[in-house]
Amino acid sequence: MSDLPLIQADPAVSSPAATARKGGRGRGPRLLSRTDRVVIALMVLVPLLLVVGLVWFPAVATVALSGTNWDGIGPISEIEWVGGRNYSDVINIYPPFVPAVQNNLLWLAALFVVATPFGMFLAVLLDKEIRGSRFYQTALYLPVVLSLALIGFVWQLIYSRDQGLLNAALGTSTDWYGDPDVNIWAVLVAAGWRHVGYIMLLYLAGLKGVDPSLREAAAVDGASEATTFFKVVFPVLRPINIIVLVVTVIESLRAFDLVWVVNKGRNGLELISALVTQNVVGEASRIGFGSALATLMLVVSLVFITVYLATVMRENRK
Amino acid sequence: MTAAAPTRVPAAAASTRRRRPPRPARVVLHLFLGAVAVGWLFPILWAVLTSLRSYEYTAANGYVSLGGWTLDNYVTAWRTAEFGKHFLNSVYITVPAVLLTLFLASCVAFVIARFSWKLNIVLLGLFTAANLLPQQALLIPLFRLFTEVPLPLFMSDSELLYDSYWGLILVNVAFQCGFCVFVLSNYMKALPHELYEAAMVDGASVWRQYWQVTMPLCRPALAALATLEVTWIYNEFFWATVLMRTGDKFPVTSSLNNLRGEFFTDNNLVSAGSVLVAIPTLVIFFLLQKQFVRGLTLGASKG
Repeated sequence: MSDLPLIQADPAVSSPAATARKGGRGRGPRLLSRTDRVVIALMVLVPLLLVVGLVWFPAVATVALSGTNWDGIGPISEIEWVGGRNYSDVINIYPPFVPAVQNNLLWLAALFVVATPFGMFLAVLLDKEIRGSRFYQTALYLPVVLSLALIGFVWQLIYSRDQGLLNAALGTSTDWYGDPDVNIWAVLVAAGWRHVGYIMLLYLAGLKGVDPSLREAAAVDGASEATTFFKVVFPVLRPINIIVLVVTVIESLRAFDLVWVVNKGRNGLELISALVTQNVVGEASRIGFGSALATLMLVVSLVFITVYLATVMRENRK
Repeated sequence: MTAAAPTRVPAAAASTRRRRPPRPARVVLHLFLGAVAVGWLFPILWAVLTSLRSYEYTAANGYVSLGGWTLDNYVTAWRTAEFGKHFLNSVYITVPAVLLTLFLASCVAFVIARFSWKLNIVLLGLFTAANLLPQQALLIPLFRLFTEVPLPLFMSDSELLYDSYWGLILVNVAFQCGFCVFVLSNYMKALPHELYEAAMVDGASVWRQYWQVTMPLCRPALAALATLEVTWIYNEFFWATVLMRTGDKFPVTSSLNNLRGEFFTDNNLVSAGSVLVAIPTLVIFFLLQKQFVRGLTLGASKG
């Protein structure tokens, strides 16, 4: 993947408009001067170095470190290979692990079963020609521009035990962010609040691209609006569906900011991402152990990233 | 974007009738959407409302009341949390990071779109996937790497990549590049290839083709991406939280967490602080809404 071979590949055709090539006018490598080759190499290699160095190298290193007992302080030469011990420790003797997995799955389920369909539903409604559609849309995706950390603070005004709106309205005295029985749900409402707007936006863009004649044909055949959507429109939206699925999975896996601002991911709000972070920047720096947790995240995300890439690249080639 | 489909017929059945008074179904639809919209805006409006009231008044009368209007919370929040400094830190990080991201990503996207080499697809995959990896999974080696790489004192008083703006800028660029490469390469592929043929006849070098032919044509995509990236990098919380140590150097989004202690139980101050932090993104959102939405949807669909 390194240097110049990249530049000697074939002068294939990418745009159909360029197929009418005249003899000798192809974009063969001979047409690239020495300077051009250097420029192209730099244009690719500088960004590539950054991404490989700061993303892919750490990803590989995480996997490698997960098999060691490194404490993060000693020299690299003292690292000992311990095989799968970190993994068995994670599963067997690390109490927050099971709640974290449960919470991550719950996060995924809540976004996937509630927030995503609701966002899609709103997109379908807003896709009709209705007055004020723009106002509704704006209101719904306004939370998307706020950071999840900030959202944690905004919802604290509602969830706070003594000063929160929710307790004032319900007459209860629950600490919505603090009580380990309810805080994950409280946080999920806030996360879903943002997710709905995002999904609505993605579907709205997708729906705009659906050929109107499809719907007209369905209407002529006497199909109801619901039937038309599920039988005709939804299948056409397949690429968007896959992207939304992947976005939802990855968002649930990467969820971090919200629980970190609430209580650093403890006491009912355990998430894998927060556990990894605690193991690195917390008091106890357990590198190998944290890496094992991180590797689990990587594996799950890579599966879905592959699905995503396969989908979008196939779409692009069309 | 709402006006994107002016020719669309709402439904074949409806189009055959002439205008009539609103049907009950429409009324229900508006009621429903109105209720949802108000519900969605409510938490933000509530924060604004709370921020404008004095703590003494709400402590005495409860939050479900009216009165005690004041702007003092903003003054106090601004001063105690030193927002001026933290906003400036956000600018130091966001502006270079966005410019660098767009520049580097457009370089790679140009090569991917301009030439049809077999490795381009691998390149595109490497960049796009990097944007989707969970950041926390890369923290351990990156944290260690940042504490090992020295910087001269004039670049950072920590003398390390760790706890420096440089480190944060680089890590943001590395993560955001993928999304921009993906969007820009799609955009550039849609440009007619004859442009380059003509440029080559004129003897334009690859660099001039990139800078003077492709880039000016990509302005709409670059504007959309810039809007989106400013918002994202400004909102970035995780890297600043773990790769910075000095409280004074935190950008505004991650400095929020340090305010917890200072604001302890005064929700009115918390809300004033939250509104202050939200203002830049809200301004961007309202001024550049079209760009923002287009940026988000460019990534998901072609168009």
